Amino acid sequence: MSEYISSDDLDTWECAACGTSLVIGKVMISYLGSAYPVDLLKCPSCGLVLIPEELAMGKMLEVEKSLEDK
Amino acid sequence: MMDQQELRELENRCIQEHAPFCTAACPIHVDVRGMIAAIQQGDFVGGLKILRKTMPFPGIISHICNQPCQLVCKRSEAGDAIAIADLEKACVIWGKGGEPIKALPPKPKRVAVVGGGLSGLTVAYDLARKGYRITIFEEKNILGGKLWDIPFEILPWSVTVNDLEILEELEVEILLNTPLGKVESNGRQDPLAFLCKRYDAVYLGIGADIHEIHGLLLDAQGQIKIDPVTYMTNKEGVFAGGGILNIHDLDIYAPQDISQSEMPPDKQALIEFEKQISSAVSQPPWRPAILSVMDGRRAATSIDRRLQKVSLTAARSNEGAYTTRLYTSMQGITPLPVVPTTDLIRGYSKADAIKEAQRCILCECMECVKVCEYLEHFKGYPKKYIREIYNNLSIVMGTRYSNKLVNSCSLCGLCGEICPEDLDMGRVCKEARQTMVQQKRMPPSAHDFALRDMAFSNSNKFALARNQPGTQSSQYAFFPGCQLCASSPDYVYNIYEYLREQIPHTRTQEVGLILRCCGAPADWAGRLDLFQAAQVEFMDEYERMGQPKLVLACSSCYQVFKNNFPDVEIISLWEIIDQFGLPNDLPRKSNQSNTPLAIHDPCSTRYESHIQESARNILQRLGYAFIELPLNREKTECCSYGGLMWLANPELAEKVTRRRISESPEDYVTYCAMCRDFFVRQGKPTLHLLDLIYGANPQSLAHKPGPGYSQRHENRIHLKRKILKQIWEEDMENGITYENIRLIITPEVQNQLENRLILIEDIQQVIDYAERSGKKLLNKKTNRFLAYHKPGAVTYWVEYTPEGNSYVVYKAYSHRMEIREGSNQ
Ligand code: SF4
Ligand code: SF4
Ligand code: SF4
Repeated sequence: MSEYISSDDLDTWECAACGTSLVIGKVMISYLGSAYPVDLLKCPSCGLVLIPEELAMGKMLEVEKSLEDK
Repeated sequence: MMDQQELRELENRCIQEHAPFCTAACPIHVDVRGMIAAIQQGDFVGGLKILRKTMPFPGIISHICNQPCQLVCKRSEAGDAIAIADLEKACVIWGKGGEPIKALPPKPKRVAVVGGGLSGLTVAYDLARKGYRITIFEEKNILGGKLWDIPFEILPWSVTVNDLEILEELEVEILLNTPLGKVESNGRQDPLAFLCKRYDAVYLGIGADIHEIHGLLLDAQGQIKIDPVTYMTNKEGVFAGGGILNIHDLDIYAPQDISQSEMPPDKQALIEFEKQISSAVSQPPWRPAILSVMDGRRAATSIDRRLQKVSLTAARSNEGAYTTRLYTSMQGITPLPVVPTTDLIRGYSKADAIKEAQRCILCECMECVKVCEYLEHFKGYPKKYIREIYNNLSIVMGTRYSNKLVNSCSLCGLCGEICPEDLDMGRVCKEARQTMVQQKRMPPSAHDFALRDMAFSNSNKFALARNQPGTQSSQYAFFPGCQLCASSPDYVYNIYEYLREQIPHTRTQEVGLILRCCGAPADWAGRLDLFQAAQVEFMDEYERMGQPKLVLACSSCYQVFKNNFPDVEIISLWEIIDQFGLPNDLPRKSNQSNTPLAIHDPCSTRYESHIQESARNILQRLGYAFIELPLNREKTECCSYGGLMWLANPELAEKVTRRRISESPEDYVTYCAMCRDFFVRQGKPTLHLLDLIYGANPQSLAHKPGPGYSQRHENRIHLKRKILKQIWEEDMENGITYENIRLIITPEVQNQLENRLILIEDIQQVIDYAERSGKKLLNKKTNRFLAYHKPGAVTYWVEYTPEGNSYVVYKAYSHRMEIREGSNQ
């Protein structure tokens, strides 16, 4: 799912609380007992992550559906 | 909850897979429908291939079969029976050149066939194809027996010769001029004992000569006695059939006993045909060809089973002709006469055969599938579906393909009403949902939105149960249901007023009010736990109010109470209005049009004819002309709200709604808030009965879309607030902090939220959380914030900017996958 980060995003986003730019990092996402590591943008100090709309409504939705039918 | 046996029983109730009438009446069960379907496509090669699956010598048999299939052909109810044998003949003539007939790899066992008549030839053919080594002993100098006595105009010799060539291709050993007495040349030995020693099984298909066989038991008529199922004689491994069987077996092929005088002419013609053949045939009496073939087939099955050492008797109940349980509707089928054959010898031309084939109805049931978009959508029929659902419920690992199938049914019950066997798929799907929930295998997303809606309605924000001010108990309680309150809160207020003023009640016991959800969403979702919890809550309040009679405005509520609260007295609002009259001082109607409305009965009134009647009476009283839809009353269709179909399968739900609204060009009128809103959303002008009662200009309301999901919550809250204020003179306690967050949302964004099932309150919670905790991301290019929050099972994301004391919302989206906390690396 890492294709969801564009280089553009890297200098677009910052964590409003910490004032730091987001960096690429591994984040575990899970559903119904299955967990996957995903490369996402996140705040290096507080860990707040960014899940873009395309990822949530696309790939993630697909994975959710297939896990629900397992 | 469904158990295996119950599912099997339900599965077996669907008769769609039962044989068509013709096939069941055919002693060897030719797939007539399959063959004719191929001819309809002009595929004679395919037709012949299908024919050959069951018929050993198609050329011969199609010429001389007396067609017991025709006696029961469904087509004869609208015109003549299909010319089945002529179509078989057409396949033989026009379908040449298909794949050659193949045999299985050779087996070491040997079978002796005594007598080269049709039954013996069938045994030889069947067993040779299975790979056995066959020897035919024929006393004459040619195979075919009595076939040669049949007049040549009926069965041309070339046809017989052609068909029998196959035996040589199958490497059957043919000993001509070999009567049974001669098989052991010195004549001293018992011939049957000799055959039994040399061969693994023996078939006796001889007419006469039986006196030369020692040791076989005979019946009262002096014929060889055989087991009627296995065709085995009293001697192990020796089987018999064909001409040696009694002619009185003729009745096998007339499934219903019809005396000849009552027979329709085409049936008499069959008997004539048979007489014509049998009189031409020498002694002993002719056994109809297809019965001889059946004898051979059944004996061959027994021999094969014996040589494979498996049970000779298991699962043989449907051999021979029987009466099928299939149902086929003749509705809309125009009578057509048989297509005549022009060429006496060859029969049909290709074109005429296709024309005749096209008259075949291709008998099947599919009655329920014809009326239900859902059943059609999954490209099968209940028997198949129930099997899939059963597999789904029993697998431990792997993908459950029928989750969607189980959750997409609207539980409307139309199929059960239509089905000749009363099979209700709705019941199957509902119980399967309960089982899935119990097995913890219900997809969490399937019904979540509706269940949260129900929780909302039964929370403080909406739920209310009160006696009328100044009274201690209620004789009636108005229970409008959550959806009417969401769609038309003003009407609810008006009706409550009407009920208090116009229905007769005692002074001390008046008309109370209960605002809440009846629990239908939990019931539909298979969530017995939530359903029962709501039931308990309701009963508490109901007892507290003195067990009032409920006045129900929604027929889904009506079903819930009827089926689950047997002691609670209920009456529908429509019956009340019918009985006690329209509300007084209604607004004066403007421009009442003369075009009639088409009335749509909500599917939850299917068996409530008294409610349907009241709705019609009210229409009449209001002065509206109306027409009936083709499927109405007990055959009415669901709007797609039922069973949460709209949530589990929105694409299908849209098709269901569109199908219903296309059934009449007139504007619709109905008496369910959800039916109305669903129809209008797909563009059908539809009025609620209450629009006609309370609307000043009803026609203008027919196009008015129902409120969106967020607005539905708002409407319920406002209704409760207004009622509390005006009737009980109370202020509703203030909401939770986030509800005060003011949002600015364009219609486009609003639309996106509706499609994604995201509510205003979800957005308010995200912003509230982000603003209070500071946890939000800033887009440096647009200067917008992006924040997420997970109040329950779903994580919501909102992109927004503060503006004054409001927030502009640009987009929102959601997911169910969880971001693991502390996955910082
Ligand atoms: S109506 Fe439907 S369920 Fe009933 S027998 Fe026919 S195909 Fe099966
Ligand atoms: S109409 Fe066709 S399928 Fe039906 S019984 Fe007649 S031949 Fe068979
Ligand atoms: S949607 Fe209605 S008619 Fe169709 S299968 Fe379900 S209960 Fe039967």
